[in-house]
Amino acid sequence: MKSYILPDFTIERDNTRCNNCRVCIKQCSYEVHFFDKEAAQVCAEEANCVNCQRCVVMCPTRAISIRKNPNQMRTNANWSEEAMKAIYVQAETGGILLAGMGNGCSHPIYWDHILLNASQVTNPSIDPLREPMELKTFLGRKPEKLAIKNGKLKESIPPNLELEVPIMFAAMSFGAISLNAIKSLAWAARQEGTFFNSGEGGLHSDLYEYGKHAVVQVASGRFGVHARYLEEGAAIEIKIGQGAKPGIGGHLPGEKVGKEVSETRMIPEGSDAISPAPHHDIYSIEDLRQLIYSLKEATNYEKPIIVKVAAVHNIAAIASGIARAGADIIAIDGYRGGTGAAPLRIRDNVGIPIEFALAAVDSRLREEGIRNQVSLVISGSIRNSADVVKAIALGADAVTIGTSALIALGCHMCQKCYAGKCSWGIATQDPNLVKRLNPQEGQRKAANLLQAWKHEIKEMLGGMGINAIESLRGNRLMLRGLDLTEKELQVLGIKSVGE
Amino acid sequence: MLREGQVRIPSGCAISGIMNKKGKCFNGGDIINSIAVMHERSNGLGGGFAAYGIYPDFKEYYAFHFFFDNSSNKEKTEEILQQQFIVVKSEPIPTRKVSSIKDVPLIWRYFVQPKSKLIRKINLTEDEYIIRFVMTVNSELEGAYLFSSGKNMGVFKGVGYPEDLGDFYRLEEYQGYIWTAHGRFPTNTPGWWGGAHPFALLDCSVVHNGEISSYEANRRFLEMYGYKCALQTDTEVIAYIFDFLKRRQGFSPEMISATVASPLWQEIQKMKPSERKLVQAIRAVYGSLLVNGPFSILVGSKEGMIALNDRIKLRPSVAATKDDFLYVASEEAAIRAVCVQPDVVWAPRGGEPVVGIVEDMTKPKYSQREEKLAINS
Repeated sequence: MKSYILPDFTIERDNTRCNNCRVCIKQCSYEVHFFDKEAAQVCAEEANCVNCQRCVVMCPTRAISIRKNPNQMRTNANWSEEAMKAIYVQAETGGILLAGMGNGCSHPIYWDHILLNASQVTNPSIDPLREPMELKTFLGRKPEKLAIKNGKLKESIPPNLELEVPIMFAAMSFGAISLNAIKSLAWAARQEGTFFNSGEGGLHSDLYEYGKHAVVQVASGRFGVHARYLEEGAAIEIKIGQGAKPGIGGHLPGEKVGKEVSETRMIPEGSDAISPAPHHDIYSIEDLRQLIYSLKEATNYEKPIIVKVAAVHNIAAIASGIARAGADIIAIDGYRGGTGAAPLRIRDNVGIPIEFALAAVDSRLREEGIRNQVSLVISGSIRNSADVVKAIALGADAVTIGTSALIALGCHMCQKCYAGKCSWGIATQDPNLVKRLNPQEGQRKAANLLQAWKHEIKEMLGGMGINAIESLRGNRLMLRGLDLTEKELQVLGIKSVGE
Repeated sequence: MLREGQVRIPSGCAISGIMNKKGKCFNGGDIINSIAVMHERSNGLGGGFAAYGIYPDFKEYYAFHFFFDNSSNKEKTEEILQQQFIVVKSEPIPTRKVSSIKDVPLIWRYFVQPKSKLIRKINLTEDEYIIRFVMTVNSELEGAYLFSSGKNMGVFKGVGYPEDLGDFYRLEEYQGYIWTAHGRFPTNTPGWWGGAHPFALLDCSVVHNGEISSYEANRRFLEMYGYKCALQTDTEVIAYIFDFLKRRQGFSPEMISATVASPLWQEIQKMKPSERKLVQAIRAVYGSLLVNGPFSILVGSKEGMIALNDRIKLRPSVAATKDDFLYVASEEAAIRAVCVQPDVVWAPRGGEPVVGIVEDMTKPKYSQREEKLAINS
């Protein structure tokens, strides 16, 4: 069959700079570059290029640049090149289109339509370099009332996670990403007083030393779940859904299931790890309650239970149900959330923006008077510290970051995580690629990112005249909407700029 | 222009408070002289006083102080009041003409007792019943504003400089064991009497200097527990926080201050384990009631007075004692104006409460020579 698919990218090699050192050939895991003996120079098979930027960054003479294929098909506002290409691919393969990372459609990014406040005259701004600025956050169930007797706490409050910065690393499994990537995040989480999340990959034996900073996940495939795994984690997360692919399960192809992944997940080497779309023991909210309490029983009520769901249309009612089912923390992942692999059409069309889901859930839990009983963690494209501040002001207790954390480790967003050839050593199990991510370097970068955002959050808080993060939580007066409709402002529960 | 309550208006201020720890009552002259010294800290757009122990003859009854825009608002309100309460006395609050006090609303007070069968019917405590009534009047009844609802205490406030309002309300004729006062500097011109301080609910009154940056976080938390923040003022929110923590959670003054102006984490780490555990639990559970941004407040109740600053002391407050008297004010001058040589004068640290408890609050002591109160006869 003759393929109609044109390469996405062209590779420009400046031959006045290229000295044929062949670094690009070694670095490219997609086999783009090769040495043409006849021409006596390095050439490229552009059709293979995913624009991961590895060769560009590694080229010692900066000879390479990658561009979008300049070829232009006839312009048609309805039938874009992208739309047509998708059909060519499906006509040639008969398969579901796969995608990696989060939804990149040009829908509005609501964070960018929300602006923050600062103090002027009537209320002094606070300088975090000179004054204390507190970000400590507790995640978990809070009692209706504190039992106090003679100035002493009579009964401890239920188990809570204690975060020094209201940012955790998102669930990313060993299998989807490399052990070096997870180790980097685990170390950074411990260093900065926060948590990483095992995803549905189990906890590799090297990671048990980070158990106090691990959220261990129980997902529909139950991979890697055993008594010690549950005991070792600081909290347990029941994963119902994920923003990138609400309503469907997961699939780790057998070729990624090497010895260590197999041992950690407790499945045979080389077998596909398929997580079903639903948990087959949860067909309703009362079933969720049973799993929550089974896990609490199994861990002696010593760990908070998180229930993670994707942001879907009826999220406010769902979240309320989750709170009432006994979850201590509700994690909501918006439609821009990342993934190792998702069907493209689902990634780009299912779910709602996290900004709206968060605002709706926070408002609903308050209307029901139960917001203070549970914690709310959100994710689904937190790109910078300002997004974190806006999320907390809208009503979140904390956020999780996945894509941002991977970018810190070197990800260049080529979005081919599902190919298993990640040239940056992140979304791959190929030992030769995995070693490209030096965990010592990775951990420093991940920790630096948290540090940097922490400083920025403190600056923004100080500007608002706030010196503790709890005074920002749900403080929507600190937000104003720019270029939003009445309805959008109403759902977000914020005023317009100038109001 | 929107009235206060429809819009949030930041303001700066002066505050002053005087209490007698033995419960001995004294007239309103001192508090007027004290707040008058700080004339420059207010701009004539609001002032007021709270006084405790002023209605001994009606101490069993809730003293409702109302502003009415006009007589038809008053009649409608009285109709509802009669349905729900036994009104033992109603009268205009006595005032005298003061040239600087203008646009005076109808100012009335009612000494009332809720009809007990109504309370039993809806299964509420008496306090809850009163709070609901206050919330309903202030959020639903047009042109009526119930600004004082405690027993044996009263709030007197309005638009004007506080010393002029003290004169207007004839406060020198009242005898109280705690007096607090407020002079306001709003950044806007609401011209509405209800917007002035103190803000009170039951016997808890708050005067406040500051603009809190945690307002919305505090308000949204309180609204989960049935409080309606009709006024959109910081002071209202602070009064509700104190009511919630004291009455509903049973917190002591020290625990309230550990919530509202909680110690920094670096201080908490140094505490004894049992204390650390408590304060950490308070911060974890009631973090949304931390009051952030600059504030200096004086909270009065029948048991005493608490003065509190924000954690990093972004607003001034000075305290002093002399014999049985406790003084707190925004400036030392306001204390010296009425007490030339205090025994001790100090500037409380940020987040460190000054707590004055009346030793025997069941028996306020009224001096022999003076009239007990200024009830119209």
